[in-house]
Amino acid sequence: MTALPTRKLEAYRYADTEALAEVWTSLAPPHQVGIAAQQKVQQIWLPTGDEIDIRRVEMTVGAGASAQIFALNNAARYGRIELDVTLHDGADFSFDAAMIGGGQSTLEIVTTVRHSEPNATSRQTVRSVLGGKAMGSYLGKVAVARDTQQTDSEQSVKAMLLNRGATANAKPELEIYADDVKCAHGATVGELDTNQLFYAAARGLPPAAAKALLLEGFVGGLWDALGEDSEIAVRARAALREVTR
Amino acid sequence: MLKIENLHATVAGKPIIDGLDLVVPTGEVHAIMGPNGAGKSTLAYVLGGRPGYEVTGGSVSFGGQDLLELEPHERAASGLFLGFQYPVEIPGVSYLQFLRESLNAQRRARGEEDLSGAAFIKLAREKAALLGMDAEMLKRPVNVGFSGGEKKRAEMVQLGIMDPKLAILDETDSGLDIDALRAVGHGINAIMREPGKSVLLITHYQRLLDYVKPDKVHVLSRGKIVRSGGPELAQELEREGYAEVAA
Repeated sequence: MTALPTRKLEAYRYADTEALAEVWTSLAPPHQVGIAAQQKVQQIWLPTGDEIDIRRVEMTVGAGASAQIFALNNAARYGRIELDVTLHDGADFSFDAAMIGGGQSTLEIVTTVRHSEPNATSRQTVRSVLGGKAMGSYLGKVAVARDTQQTDSEQSVKAMLLNRGATANAKPELEIYADDVKCAHGATVGELDTNQLFYAAARGLPPAAAKALLLEGFVGGLWDALGEDSEIAVRARAALREVTR
Repeated sequence: MLKIENLHATVAGKPIIDGLDLVVPTGEVHAIMGPNGAGKSTLAYVLGGRPGYEVTGGSVSFGGQDLLELEPHERAASGLFLGFQYPVEIPGVSYLQFLRESLNAQRRARGEEDLSGAAFIKLAREKAALLGMDAEMLKRPVNVGFSGGEKKRAEMVQLGIMDPKLAILDETDSGLDIDALRAVGHGINAIMREPGKSVLLITHYQRLLDYVKPDKVHVLSRGKIVRSGGPELAQELEREGYAEVAA
């Protein structure tokens, strides 16, 4: 077992190191996922329900294969999703994740997407809803290796803060060693739109219900491919009701 | 139905409504006309309870209740509908979900049972048909990608679904072509021309009033009603302009 990381390490800059220390020695090594060439894989990562919930995955997506990951991070105290994925020629990778937290919770998503061969696409979409004194952080590195032309990568990170005490961090990072590539990234942090809130109120929705509905719209697009009755969509809605109560 | 006495209101500290008196009896349609900047939209927002629109004096009673004491959602539940001049877009939330949750929130506030999914869909289809709107559009996110005319039709579909006692319609006619104007006018009549219901139409032009005949017309200028009359007043305004009539 390696030493407990400190916040000096970029990947742990916003970590709850106290919570991490409690589980560090019993933490399993990163889960290895290998997706063979031309295979299509979909995974849904639901929270375990534990107060400290850490998921670490190292994934390889073979040539022409596709991986579609959906994730919900809403641990009560410390939730961390750590994903390191390597893409081979023509691989297609998508990651749709929500972080929903209130109280004192610390939530993190730390990804490294390695475009190791040409023609691969990666798309990451992260939506955070943070209330109380919660902190939600996204650190996402996209590394495009030498000569991996026709790389197409996108990171879209948006956070909604429900209270003055909540914090969102977003750090998309690009490391590009090829010239014919497309790497888009965008990050926004905002509050609920007062026009939308008043419109909903004028139609009869009490404030908490209006907030929950608007936030459902903000997060709900992540699960379009799964449908609104999928377990992850249902659990995300329940988590939103919880933070807007 | 609605009784406004000596109302004063400010927006960002600036007085906009300045001693306004207005009575809209049950069963009547009243139109408020006036030039830009007269305070028409401010009046609508004040009655709807929009944050930032501060009442500094006067009173508003709605069906015997003190309207100004109520939160915006409580005003809706007690039977007030505010039609927006600029309907708001809500990405990610379908019209059906938005309206069903809103209607059921109103019903719960009134001590009524929730409407079932099937009953709600039937109601929504019926009201969409009444306004000549494809019910499939209600599956789309609220107002996202709707044209100006479609947004206004959708407002009237909402009016039909909510079935209020009092509709305050703020420039519902702006941005409508002739066909849409006729459909919207017809919709307002079908939904609101019933005993026990009242309408306050806020408009710039007379053209909507060709379809929805008002019982009374009021001219709003600099935050107060400066003239009131029958439907012929609207024609006079159209002919002679606000400067002449409101002077």
